[in-house]
Amino acid sequence: MSDQQNIVAAGKAMMQTDFEVHSVDAERHRKPHQKKSWPHNLKYAIVGVFFGITFTKAEIVSWFRIQEMFRLQNFHMYGVIGTAIIVGAISVWIIKKYRVKTIHGNPIEFHPKQFNKGQIIGGVIFGLGWAMTGACPGPLFAQIGAGFLVIAVVLISAIGGTWVYGYFRERLPH
Amino acid sequence: MLDFLKQPWSWYVAGILIGLTVPALLILGNKHFGISANLRHACAACIPANIKFFQYNWKKETWNLFFAAGIVLGAFIASYFLADPAPVKVAPALLSELKGYGIQDHANVLPSELFSFSALLTVRGFILLVVGGFFVGFGARYAGGCTSGHSIMGISDFQVPSMIATASFMAGGFIMANLVLPYILRL
Repeated sequence: MSDQQNIVAAGKAMMQTDFEVHSVDAERHRKPHQKKSWPHNLKYAIVGVFFGITFTKAEIVSWFRIQEMFRLQNFHMYGVIGTAIIVGAISVWIIKKYRVKTIHGNPIEFHPKQFNKGQIIGGVIFGLGWAMTGACPGPLFAQIGAGFLVIAVVLISAIGGTWVYGYFRERLPH
Repeated sequence: MLDFLKQPWSWYVAGILIGLTVPALLILGNKHFGISANLRHACAACIPANIKFFQYNWKKETWNLFFAAGIVLGAFIASYFLADPAPVKVAPALLSELKGYGIQDHANVLPSELFSFSALLTVRGFILLVVGGFFVGFGARYAGGCTSGHSIMGISDFQVPSMIATASFMAGGFIMANLVLPYILRL
């Protein structure tokens, strides 16, 4: 068995709970994958730059804003997340209704998610961490860019947490 | 114009721009917004250790690592070229509560009493940075996504599991900020 087939087999044997990593989907492995060079990824970096500027200028990277959110002392974060969801939802609706294609002419796909207990247990654990660090993963990257180098420790710890989850995954309730 | 950009941006401007990230990534290449996946890619790339969860072709997800690198660069641009010299405005109730724990610095977005290399050596600093970071990474993957993947991308697509995950994120945050954090900050 080739390495590639091994990966596909592992992906099939493993319950799909992670909806952010599509290369794990068995479906995707069936499609011919075009070999692309790295410059085509630069467009995502440009989107990231705008995103990072927004995160920083709107103080979403601020520990204070997150504390205020969880203490109901400030509307700011509710406004940010609420507006983002409304804009995102309208965009997804338009993309689905008019079958908008990618700039390369490929169809845009959506993947229904299945419920599992991890969304509650993991979700609460994530929330605990979010209120402690004042950062979800996006702001972690932004805080490092803004010059708070100590946040690299938080990022490494978050990678460690991800690894430990992967290690115990089969034994955790899902 | 530059002075206008240097002020802290309002919630609706930020919300619109973050919301537009969803269609931008979809239209550029059928990519789904989800930042915490990069932590998994880091594991898959650096320390897969024969764990099934990390046995996949992370190189196909390089786009997301570029996206994360862009966030770092964007934050650098915002804080060095568009910085607002005024201290961060903080709700008076929070400011006086924090003062009780000896946290007074709000010159920047993170209080230096908690977020600095010297704070890392204090008990509360270690708990917030190291344990907090661990919870963020562990919880995000256990939940199958984070604020971007579930709360923004997932809810935009009306996915019920993402709504459940988001309610759980908020529950965890409320418990920590109101019930647990006061004890940690006293350490």
